[in-house]
Amino acid sequence: MYRYDEFDHDFVQARVAEFSDQVARRLAGEITEDQFRPLRLMNGVYLQLHAYMLRIAVPYGTLNGAQLRMLGHIARKYDKGYGHFTTRQNIQFNWPALSDIPAILADLASVEMHAIQTSGNCIRNVTADHFAGAAADEVADPRPYAEILRQWSSVHPEFSFLPRKFKIAVTGAERDRAAIQTHDIGLHLKKNAQGELGFAVYVGGGQGRTPMVARKIRDFLPEADLLSYCTAILRVYNLYGRRDNKYKARIKILVHETGVEEITRQVEAEWLELKDAELKLPEADIRAIDAYFAPPALADRPEGDASVRLARLDSKSFSEWLDQNVVTHRHPDYAAVTISLKGIGEAPGDASDSQMEAVADIAEKYSFDELRVSHEQNLILPHVARADLKAVYDALVDIGLATANSNLITDIISCPGLDYCALATARSIPIAQEISLRFASLERQRDIGELKLKISGCINACGHHHVGHIGILGVEKKGAELYQVTLGGSADENTSVGEIIGRGFSSEEITDAIEQIVETYLGLRLDRTEKFIDAYRRVGPAPFKEALYAGETKAA
Amino acid sequence: MKVLTANRLTDGIAVWYANGGWAETIDSADLAHDKAAEDRLEAIGAAAYANNEVVDVNLIDVTVADGIVEAVRLREKIRAAGPTNRNDLGKQARPEAVRAA
Repeated sequence: MYRYDEFDHDFVQARVAEFSDQVARRLAGEITEDQFRPLRLMNGVYLQLHAYMLRIAVPYGTLNGAQLRMLGHIARKYDKGYGHFTTRQNIQFNWPALSDIPAILADLASVEMHAIQTSGNCIRNVTADHFAGAAADEVADPRPYAEILRQWSSVHPEFSFLPRKFKIAVTGAERDRAAIQTHDIGLHLKKNAQGELGFAVYVGGGQGRTPMVARKIRDFLPEADLLSYCTAILRVYNLYGRRDNKYKARIKILVHETGVEEITRQVEAEWLELKDAELKLPEADIRAIDAYFAPPALADRPEGDASVRLARLDSKSFSEWLDQNVVTHRHPDYAAVTISLKGIGEAPGDASDSQMEAVADIAEKYSFDELRVSHEQNLILPHVARADLKAVYDALVDIGLATANSNLITDIISCPGLDYCALATARSIPIAQEISLRFASLERQRDIGELKLKISGCINACGHHHVGHIGILGVEKKGAELYQVTLGGSADENTSVGEIIGRGFSSEEITDAIEQIVETYLGLRLDRTEKFIDAYRRVGPAPFKEALYAGETKAA
Repeated sequence: MKVLTANRLTDGIAVWYANGGWAETIDSADLAHDKAAEDRLEAIGAAAYANNEVVDVNLIDVTVADGIVEAVRLREKIRAAGPTNRNDLGKQARPEAVRAA
């Protein structure tokens, strides 16, 4: 993985010193809250309902053991013993004192981490496929390009005060696990007919109050042109993006209002001015960054097949976990493991200090010291020898992290909602917990099959409800929580925005409504191989509306 | 009826104005029964904000039943108690504290 060079170390240390001074001046009353707020936000410090919140960047979701162990240490020493992994592959702590944040940032810097650009109207943490470097279906590892984008976008003087925040995602596989079409810029790394690497470029995706699927503006951008082309997009956005209305300030609105053809023309025109100048990436520089992401030397471990077969016979729960949470690796003797942070009835994405430390140990011992945070709020061990899977499983059982529910209905994305967030209008975690408990039976979950359920506690859509196969949006209506359901959303290579199915449900009704939707699907699917999303696309909303609301219409 | 609430500058912890200072629970918060009392609390809040004691200062609606002060909005109930999914955290973790929901 990437290691800081001298420049990175100096940059992060300088920022720790600068922000420590700003915190000291704030605590001494030398600067006002109005002066301090933009400074703290630039360093990931929010004020939530109960306390400050610190959001720490995990660049493209990649961590090593020492880094995760440090996060566990921070949770224990400065917070309340846990952290919350987010849909931007980051981690948030919910209770840090402002006076402790300089010490936390110093601890983070010691393991090459920081909280820079995790908030504010700048380019946020670049996300990537959580199976990057391990996936069998990958053309190339997308993370070197994410790292190049990180270096380019960190305190970029031209792009630090954009009309609004800006999010970039990169995938290296046809099967999109990074939700690139819901991003301001989505990059799909691929090869052209000549075998050269480049990107399909998507622009103007996003969620929030106005969900939009990104539009492809270029089918193949040579890798050397990555920065010049992104600069061209950002320049067009910076120049024409709306600054008069916060709710219309994202690039998706500009793309929508300008039209994709005109935006493409503007970007291409700007790019012509830039493409052969200093932003062109030298081949040697790309390969130098590539080298940081060189895959670990994976020795052949052919004994894995036999040991997995035996362990399967021995343990039904191991067998189920294997089927659900373990995916094919590009090396046949290895696998990538999803560590579910969605224990039945638990808060999605939360991990305790001791769990973080234990997972760090497991990664060091069994996954070449590599870990990923997925945007679906789970952790990933990217390179586990199949021969070690049973040992990894047993270690995860010991710390309560062996829930076999990856991609099932209880693998719920949920924002913190009104239990923590100052912007939220309704709670989301307790709804996730109740649905999880309702569908606790693994047998039932597996019968239902792949189902992405996503919950947001306000219209800002941090819980990605628009692109859930089933999406739940919590709002406040007449002083009570009301939950609106959308169906048919998806965040993969066939991205779609879900449709609102009808009137919302109270917190007492919502779990029953979800169950009714699931039962309706089970009743109409062609067979077990037809997934929820495919069935919905085939039949549309009518049968679900009928199941949910028919009684009301008749009564009325 | 209203009370004055904010978050303490140094640690961000939710506080309520009570008896001439900032208390960590809503229980003993000073109640404003009329516009004049609200104005008085508002002035105290503005001064405390200007003096860098607290941030995010707000007057919020409460009811009082059997001597117990309770926020009206769920958001404020949760601030006064803690996350509803973690009864071991926030004010509700204290002995004899009240949960939000």
